[in-house]
Amino acid sequence: MHPSRNLMRHVHGWLLLTPAAILLVAFTHYPTIKTIIDSLFSKGTVIRPSRFVGLANYESMYADPIFWKVLYNNLWFALGTIPTSIILAISMALLVNRAMPGRSFVRMAYFTPTILPMIAVANIWLFFYSPDIGLIDQISSWFGISGHNWLGDPKTVLPAIIIMTVWKEAGFFMIFYLAALQHVPPELREAARLEGASRWYFFRRVLFPLLMPTTLFVLINAVLNSFKLVDHLFVLTKGGPDNASNLLLYYIFESAFSYFDTNYAATLTVVLLALLAIMALVQFFLLDRRIHYR
Amino acid sequence: MTGIEIRNLAKHWGDIRAVDDVSFDVPQGSLTVLLGPSGCGKSTLLRMIAGLEDVSSGQVHINGQDVTHKDAAKRGVSMVFQSYALFPHLNVRENILFGLKVRKVEQAVRDKRLQEAARMVGLEELLDRKPANLSGGQRQRVALARTIVADQPVCLMDEPLSNLDAKLRAEMRDEIHILQRKLKLTMVYVTHDQTEAMSLADQVVLLKDGRVEQIGKPSELYETPSTTFSARFLGMPPMNVLRIDQIKDRGALNGAIPSGSPGWQLGVRPENISIADKGLSVKISAVDYMGAETVLRLRHGKQNLMARIDGRTNAVPGETLHITWNADDIHLFDEEGIRRGGIDAKPSASA
Ligand SMILES: Nc1ncnc2c1ncn2[C@@H]1O[C@H](COP(=O)(O)OP(=O)(O)O)[C@@H](O)[C@H]1O
Ligand SMILES: [Mg+2]
Repeated sequence: MHPSRNLMRHVHGWLLLTPAAILLVAFTHYPTIKTIIDSLFSKGTVIRPSRFVGLANYESMYADPIFWKVLYNNLWFALGTIPTSIILAISMALLVNRAMPGRSFVRMAYFTPTILPMIAVANIWLFFYSPDIGLIDQISSWFGISGHNWLGDPKTVLPAIIIMTVWKEAGFFMIFYLAALQHVPPELREAARLEGASRWYFFRRVLFPLLMPTTLFVLINAVLNSFKLVDHLFVLTKGGPDNASNLLLYYIFESAFSYFDTNYAATLTVVLLALLAIMALVQFFLLDRRIHYR
Repeated sequence: MTGIEIRNLAKHWGDIRAVDDVSFDVPQGSLTVLLGPSGCGKSTLLRMIAGLEDVSSGQVHINGQDVTHKDAAKRGVSMVFQSYALFPHLNVRENILFGLKVRKVEQAVRDKRLQEAARMVGLEELLDRKPANLSGGQRQRVALARTIVADQPVCLMDEPLSNLDAKLRAEMRDEIHILQRKLKLTMVYVTHDQTEAMSLADQVVLLKDGRVEQIGKPSELYETPSTTFSARFLGMPPMNVLRIDQIKDRGALNGAIPSGSPGWQLGVRPENISIADKGLSVKISAVDYMGAETVLRLRHGKQNLMARIDGRTNAVPGETLHITWNADDIHLFDEEGIRRGGIDAKPSASA
């Protein structure tokens, strides 16, 4: 090919890529690199400007008991929300995928928690959980059970947040399962039925394997969400009491904007990014091989 | 042992009568084809026999037993679906063995039946493939192997060949036929293709709008169609059915046409028409050369008809011809389209 024509083709290609590239660099790559660099510098003050400290921030993070606490909380939060919301989502999807009266209404009802703004959701649940006057305590008082400060007790605060998150996420994930179920040809069920396969057998041997691509997608989303949860905490607990409901992202926010230690926040962010990257890779490489894609 | 008996079977969805008062018998070890245009209720009927669809009224008996309300898995039937219904995430082996595993058949028996079935349909080399990596014909074979392995006395097939190309269709049709005879299966086979019906069936049940139009051997349906619908549905090209009152030259019709019967129709098969010096005058509108034969599309007044002649012809579109036929090749239908006479009326003439 003519050299100048070839050159023009390259220029053309790059021009087409530029807008997307600018956005990607400005909002993804640059902040990531800047965060990593920041995490290697000390917190600057008026008297002592920020200076390079190597891994000192990571060392103090390693020694920070709150860091370990929020990490531990986050682990429990993920374990508490992800399997439950996925099981619930599949069950609800199977339920509303059948022909039944009021099907679209039930589908809507399941989906409602997802379309509500998060702050509104948190406020609703704040009402449920508030001691004595809250819905839960009022109902339990009918049975003679005395009130409990669900969000004020370090033992119950994390489970309370987990329940609310499951309530919110299950409906969202259900939509994906419902869409996937509608792509499963009904003859498969009939063929299995002629052989005498029970519903459970059919689910185990056919439906669930066919839903695996959806499950992987939902799983990645659920994991990301469990590490990204921050808005509920603002309204409900502010991470308390005694950091019992504090999660990694909220702790990053606190470090940066309450304690104004942006360098420590950057250090924590690097850890968060690393965790997310590792989990995404593990899911892709371990699960992907065992999944049948249509 | 009596095969399948269908008694006054009906299926309604609100006002839709998908199947309406259908009765017929399928003798043990024979092949019955349910034939009819799309939407006439063939699949619904088959699914009621299988137990996949609830019955509105009537009964289904299989091997002398009333199975009308019996669970599909306990009726002793296997089924091949139009889409084959293969499990996409399982390989050929697992697809074939699915039913046996559900029924908890011993491993040794499973392996033996798998080998037999795979050999019969020629899938031995492909047992580890997924359905997505098979051709249409191979998928069809997996579905057949599933039926063989199931080892049920009754086999139901819903348009099993409609997703295949013409050449493969003829090939698989023969294989199904061989298999049916070899395993002595009682088979109900659904199709809208009259060629398939003619070549496979011991008995054809022709359906129209959910009702039985005619039941009989393929030759009976072909030679003595009981209605104009039957007459037009079987045969390629289909029978010519002419309104007698729209033909002025009654002498050219060459048959004992009852006088004073408006709306009666005369049927004559394209292969029974020959070109002559005198007879019905027609204009050629098209000439379709097929190799061994030529199909002439003809017009008489406002009515279209077709003639099939051996070999080639020099006739060209636009030309006017005279056609004729033997008196005993005529079928007569009344204004309702019901058979009123024809070949069967004078058996001595055709002998
Ligand atoms: N589940 C259903 N609900 C309502 N009508 C149906 C249903 N299934 C089939 N039908 C109707 O019943 C008639 C027969 O359908 P079907 O048995 O599938 O015909 P065929 O297999 O001969 O093409 C059609 O008019 C179809 O629209
Ligand atoms: Mg059909």
